[in-house]
Amino acid sequence: MSSVATTPKKGFDFKAFLANNGALVGLVVLCLAMFIATPRFLTGPNLMNIGIQVSTIAVMAFGMTFVIVAAGIDLSVGSIAAISAMTSSYWVTTAGLPDGLSIVVGLAIGGLCGWVTGAMSAYGKLPTFIASLAMLTIVRGLTLVISDGRPIATGDSVSWLGGDLGFMPVPILILIVSGLIAAFVLNRTIIGKNAFAVGGNTEAARLSGIPVKRVLVTVFVISGIFAALSGMILAGRLDSAQPTLASGYELDAIAAVVIGGASLSGGVGRISGTLIGALVLAVIRNGLNLLSVSAFWQQVVIGLVIAIAVGFDVLRRKNVRH
Amino acid sequence: MSNDALLVLDRVCKSFGPVQVIDEVTVEVHAGKVSVLLGENGAGKSTLIKMIAGVHSADSGRILMDGKEVQIPDTKASEALGIATIHQELNLVPSMTIAENITLGRVPRRFGIINRREMRRIAREALDQLGLNLDVNTPVGDLGLAQQQLVEIAKALSLDARVLILDEPTAALTNAEIAGLFEVVNQLKTKGVGMVFISHHLDEIAAIGDFVNVLRDGKFIATVPADTPENELVRLMVGRDIDAQFPRQTATPGEQHLLSVENLSVGALQNISLSVRPGEVVALAGLMGAGRTELIRAIAGADKYTSGTVKVAGKKLPRNDVAAATRAGLGHVPEDRKTQGLVLDASVAENIGYATMASTAKAGLVDRKGQRERAEKVAARLRIRMGNIDQPIRSLSGGNQQKAVFGRWFSAGAKVLLLDEPTRGVDVGAKVEIYELINEITSSGGCVLMASSELPEVLGMSDRVLVMSQGRIAGELATNEATQDSIMALAVSNVHREDEMGKK
Repeated sequence: MSSVATTPKKGFDFKAFLANNGALVGLVVLCLAMFIATPRFLTGPNLMNIGIQVSTIAVMAFGMTFVIVAAGIDLSVGSIAAISAMTSSYWVTTAGLPDGLSIVVGLAIGGLCGWVTGAMSAYGKLPTFIASLAMLTIVRGLTLVISDGRPIATGDSVSWLGGDLGFMPVPILILIVSGLIAAFVLNRTIIGKNAFAVGGNTEAARLSGIPVKRVLVTVFVISGIFAALSGMILAGRLDSAQPTLASGYELDAIAAVVIGGASLSGGVGRISGTLIGALVLAVIRNGLNLLSVSAFWQQVVIGLVIAIAVGFDVLRRKNVRH
Repeated sequence: MSNDALLVLDRVCKSFGPVQVIDEVTVEVHAGKVSVLLGENGAGKSTLIKMIAGVHSADSGRILMDGKEVQIPDTKASEALGIATIHQELNLVPSMTIAENITLGRVPRRFGIINRREMRRIAREALDQLGLNLDVNTPVGDLGLAQQQLVEIAKALSLDARVLILDEPTAALTNAEIAGLFEVVNQLKTKGVGMVFISHHLDEIAAIGDFVNVLRDGKFIATVPADTPENELVRLMVGRDIDAQFPRQTATPGEQHLLSVENLSVGALQNISLSVRPGEVVALAGLMGAGRTELIRAIAGADKYTSGTVKVAGKKLPRNDVAAATRAGLGHVPEDRKTQGLVLDASVAENIGYATMASTAKAGLVDRKGQRERAEKVAARLRIRMGNIDQPIRSLSGGNQQKAVFGRWFSAGAKVLLLDEPTRGVDVGAKVEIYELINEITSSGGCVLMASSELPEVLGMSDRVLVMSQGRIAGELATNEATQDSIMALAVSNVHREDEMGKK
């Protein structure tokens, strides 16, 4: 990433490595601790389990990374996940339309919702926090309207998203593929580079001829599409789309991005960091479950981890700059 | 003179990583004297004053206050020693009143409740010391920059500051405001306050300084009296002779207009028409608020305008569309490079490349190799001094940052450069280099429209001067016939009339 100054030095600079990869080091330490605490942690089925669990949050957080890099925030992703899962299921189960298109329909709905949030923010001048907060409620409400408050069974394609391909769970495959795509788009394409510029300094980007409004809309569309994918994975695993699906997931997604080293003031962030952030959250949940820590205490721990992780990051940044 | 020094930095050193920023520098501050720090950007002035202010600590060397060695680990310690720094970015809360700002952090209280009367008394006393006739209940945000600065000085005095560090206090002030500031500085001299003064304006040094400490590349060069001739100061500062401060090479202007603006109106701007031919540098002069920046921004597509047309090489540009203006060959170097010109966290290469990123992309993919090569070529051509092209642009000095903004438009092949205060906060050496870039643009058939508050720059670097006043073009002068006086006469021409009308 562009934001970290590295002065070439002889040999391996352990301190610099620690400073630049705090989240990764934290994840490794966390895994070691879990392994020592319970041998069940490092078993094939458990790791698979973590992989599946992390996939929904991580995929959602990949999209969120674009928005945060562009100095925005997207609170609507949980609701978008639900409405996409719901419409794609409705498409097949209730309306009886071809199953082959259901995933595309779900993704399109997600993109459309993202477009609306982005447009409200870019052209309507609403702060992204407010625009996406409004969408959080609107879209959740629409989901309840469509479903009449009842779950709908998913079609075959969406169910397949939650299934297995040979020994490999499909959610993990999607996680890997969508992560690679997200990283590619963020680092190699105009879309991604523009997001960094807009997030780093909106006015400078605008005066350089970068279409700031279009960039803002685009990152929200991306976020919506990833949220839709995440929602359909979640529904696929349950074989049904619940109207309350992914409720509150937006906060986990934001936490993952921020633990991964992105700055909420924009201009900084990477997909690999986001993945690590999502893994940190998933490993803690999984480990605490294995240790039979109550779900109530888990929330306390997760909150502390977010505060500590971001606190370290702030300290690190302070030391890097002078 | 070393015995009675108030504050002494004795052979201090400081490095950031492998870079030695300050190398055995000794500076003395005397009571009732103004000690000037002179050096190009990146010479180490900022680091030095940050050491005094407790932001950085020295790696080696001593800091003496009243002859005793002191430690300044943080800004609180600096404040406790009676040292106050007035930074370029002022530390005031705009929404709070003068009184609240002056007592910020030490609000007088009675039974835990804010004692507003005492607060106002402290503020009044502080303002009176400077002879400032301001209402202490005025929100600071309602004051002009110059007055805000004086409030900050008053705040420092009410904290019993004995050493006052003024970091480029005149950079954003008008001549009248500078005169006011210098009056205050002279008063402080009689009160025995020791001052450190940083400025890029050599004429100010003679006007206000007592002696001058010259720094170059983090090394101490010399301490000389403030009445040392300017040429000598420049030679000490850059380590070589600069033949001409304004090396304008006039090019023969072409026939066709490269940039033409017709009847442009927006806000205070009324029916502005102007045209610039290839090879020409046209300066926009005028007082602050005359509408220079607004005009430049409207032409560049950064802001909307209500009526009128902007044409580049005869082709009309759409309104408020920077991308279209860029494609047409326009380049805009905005007034404030930090907030408008650069993405500070991004690398030098990225900052240079923003204007060409979209046009060189293939199928939405950034041409990473090409962008890098172009950036490196431009950086070498513009002599941007840096470690490498991937370092964050934040770490470059002001002059080099400014050159990178120019580099963006050089790399985009801009033919028409719109410059807004192109050398603000830039040191002498880099200034001349920027002027050479302007020459380069005009000699290759481009043209420049330059808004500048510095009259020597206007007179030294332009071919024609358009003087703006109250949103209108008050007159045009050929540079070789213009003087500072004739420009100023035009600049205030409308002001007087409207003032009189307002009084009726």
